[in-house]
Amino acid sequence: MSNLVSVNPVKKAAEISSREFLVFSLGDEEYAIDILKVQEIRGYENVTRIANAPDFIKGVANLRGVIVPIVDLRLKFRLASADYNQQTVVIVINIGTRVVGIVVDQVSDVMTLTAEQIKPPPEFGISLPLDYIHGLGNLEERMLVLVDIERLLTSEELAIVERVGE
Amino acid sequence: MDISDFYSTFFEEAEELLGDMEAHLLALDVDNPDMEQLNAIFRAAHSIKGGAGTFGFEALQRTTHLLENLLDYTRRGELTLRRDIVDTFLEAKDMLHDQLEAYRQGVEPDAEAMARICEVLRKLALEEIGEPAGDVAPATTVAPSSPPPASGGAGQPLSVALLGVSERDRELLIEELGQLGDVLETRGEDDRYEVLMQSTASADDIEAVMCFIVEPEQLDIRSIPPERLPVPVKTPEPPPKAETKRAARPAVDSRDSGANSSIRVPVAKVDHIINLVGELIITQSMLNQVVEDSDVTGDGGFASGLSLLQRTARDLQEAVMSVRMVPMDYVFSRFPRLVRDLAGKLGKDVELITEGKSTELDKSLTERIIDPLTHLVRNSLDHGLETPELRAAAGKPGTGRLTLSAQHQGGNILIEVSDDGAGLDRERILAKARGNGLPVSDNMSDEEVWQLIFAPGFSTAEAVSDVSGRGVGMDVVKRNIQAMGGHVEVLSEAGVGTRTRIVLPLTLAILDGMSVRVGEETFILPVSAVIESLQPRADDLYTMAGGDVLLKVREDYLPLVALHHAMEVSGAVTDPTAAIVVIVQGEGRRYALLVDELVGQQQVVVKNLETNYRKVPGVSAATILGDGSVALILDIPDLHRLSQSKKASDAVARNSTVLSSKEVSAS
Repeated sequence: MSNLVSVNPVKKAAEISSREFLVFSLGDEEYAIDILKVQEIRGYENVTRIANAPDFIKGVANLRGVIVPIVDLRLKFRLASADYNQQTVVIVINIGTRVVGIVVDQVSDVMTLTAEQIKPPPEFGISLPLDYIHGLGNLEERMLVLVDIERLLTSEELAIVERVGE
Repeated sequence: MDISDFYSTFFEEAEELLGDMEAHLLALDVDNPDMEQLNAIFRAAHSIKGGAGTFGFEALQRTTHLLENLLDYTRRGELTLRRDIVDTFLEAKDMLHDQLEAYRQGVEPDAEAMARICEVLRKLALEEIGEPAGDVAPATTVAPSSPPPASGGAGQPLSVALLGVSERDRELLIEELGQLGDVLETRGEDDRYEVLMQSTASADDIEAVMCFIVEPEQLDIRSIPPERLPVPVKTPEPPPKAETKRAARPAVDSRDSGANSSIRVPVAKVDHIINLVGELIITQSMLNQVVEDSDVTGDGGFASGLSLLQRTARDLQEAVMSVRMVPMDYVFSRFPRLVRDLAGKLGKDVELITEGKSTELDKSLTERIIDPLTHLVRNSLDHGLETPELRAAAGKPGTGRLTLSAQHQGGNILIEVSDDGAGLDRERILAKARGNGLPVSDNMSDEEVWQLIFAPGFSTAEAVSDVSGRGVGMDVVKRNIQAMGGHVEVLSEAGVGTRTRIVLPLTLAILDGMSVRVGEETFILPVSAVIESLQPRADDLYTMAGGDVLLKVREDYLPLVALHHAMEVSGAVTDPTAAIVVIVQGEGRRYALLVDELVGQQQVVVKNLETNYRKVPGVSAATILGDGSVALILDIPDLHRLSQSKKASDAVARNSTVLSSKEVSAS
């Protein structure tokens, strides 16, 4: 259970003009999520399969006594081949009171983006549905897809969160 | 720091005091009241009044003041108690409770209700004592809220020592003391800070006010001889041989000892500790594994250290678990009042007996058992116990007996509600069941008939009364208890009484689990659901038309559910004769569960899956195994349903492939 990076969620919460993003890769594309939603990053190990669940729900893992579901977005959105190797990591995300882990190919770095650097997303050309995208981050030669991770993980499509009346 | 920071402490303590007051009032023998109890009731009222005055809760203070005066007359023997007077006191106590709730919500209490109860109390004082109670404080007490005596006025010189009180709290306390009298001098350090003052308030009064801010043992209040009053420059030690007020206290105030020996902790904190202890145990077994693998056991000190760590960690886990347990008294203590009120309303004489109050149960379960128990007690009072006339006609004593009892039974707790009333009416239940369209016959056994009352929408009450028959039926009781992992049964005999037995697990936090292996995966079965396990013989397996397999166990034919099929495990043993079946029972249904291997029995910590994920079919919860990985705990009844629905969908899939292949061959 090695924590590769530990992130302080209260850090720099008030900076409006520029925000910090955690950058990770899924296949060839680079994605970024709001760092304030990230609790920690850990290796992909010891995941217990859950029967009769969709394939992108890899199962549940033990995070210091808390049972956390692990989601593989690569499988859900056919983003890349879903390999599990030394680089494969799980980003543990806080949404409200819930904790969910997402499997990614690699975590690269933490970037600060100013409002000018964030552009609206294009109509097509991105593997992820537009509903879950904030915009595109332009950083010199790199293009980061800014993901609305909260909306994505609470979406009916993923069905991680049980809805009232279901 | 603001004084409002102490509000929540005051609310909780006042709530507790009101609870004590009610318990004592209910236990009071009207004809021959116990002096200790009268004192305790008086002190509760007095402390609440003091606190209310301190925090400026005027309505609460005024109501308590009236009640306190009456209580004071009572304990001095000037007011003779009667049942209706106790009723009035109880009513006043309820009023105080409402006012407290209002303040807690941050609103002013209902002025009209307060005026009404104050009027009742004043009238009572006028009729019984012949003097208006409201405005004259009884001689023994001086209201702490009374305006501070004029400077230099009469009063007793006092030394109030604050032990280990922080500076912030100290300032507040000194301000409070200023309200009670003249503060002459202050001196000292954090561990002992002395305030010399002159006050007409007694040491008890001062303590009653202060104890909402500090613990009683942090206070040392002594009266000092007047000649010492023009305060000497420095006294290195506390006033010697001063007449201490504390020495006489333990006899009077039994609440102190109880309050000091416990602390209030949010359940979330305890759960967090339980989580951490669980992690500690996992880490410890990981260490054990590492040592075993690396052959460093040669060093005896290291091995013995590890085993010591293991023992301590287990003890720690047990100790932390026990923190969640509370005595059943927590539940039972709310029934005397309910029974008294209901019995009065129904015109019945009822004696409530509680047994096994100290039996411990998980806090979360005690909260959830209150509603079902209340329902059962209401039922017993309303339908079970007869009126005194009917009882006399049946040759029974006029006073009915309602017994609540709790006892441990293995890993379970057995809670019983029994009465010596008329018992269930077999004919009426059968008639009602027929009316509801339930399948019944006249030759059903008594046990089967009694089970009918748990059917939804079933009530044999002839009239819907204020007390019961309000649509919340026994079916809800049964459902609630089943949701807690328990079961309920009824025993009854006409003319002798009814006994409802509830069996619950002691805690939902730990479970006796049997771990089983299927393929590469481990699952946990609740031991309570397991009846036996065996290796099936080919002769005992019967394949039915639909593909279902039945297993003959002695005289019974049980459906076979393959865990690898229900849970989609690959690489499992598919030949039943090479595997193991575990006979399990859930919701009254028995079946044979096919697994590869039994691994062992162990206590597991139950973790909710729905906290971060959702309900998983066939699974009730999860737990963490010794190696840190997660194992799923199977939900025995739900697993059967899952298996059925999977079989059904498999059949559909099979039919459609058969169809499509037919189509292919036909074309």
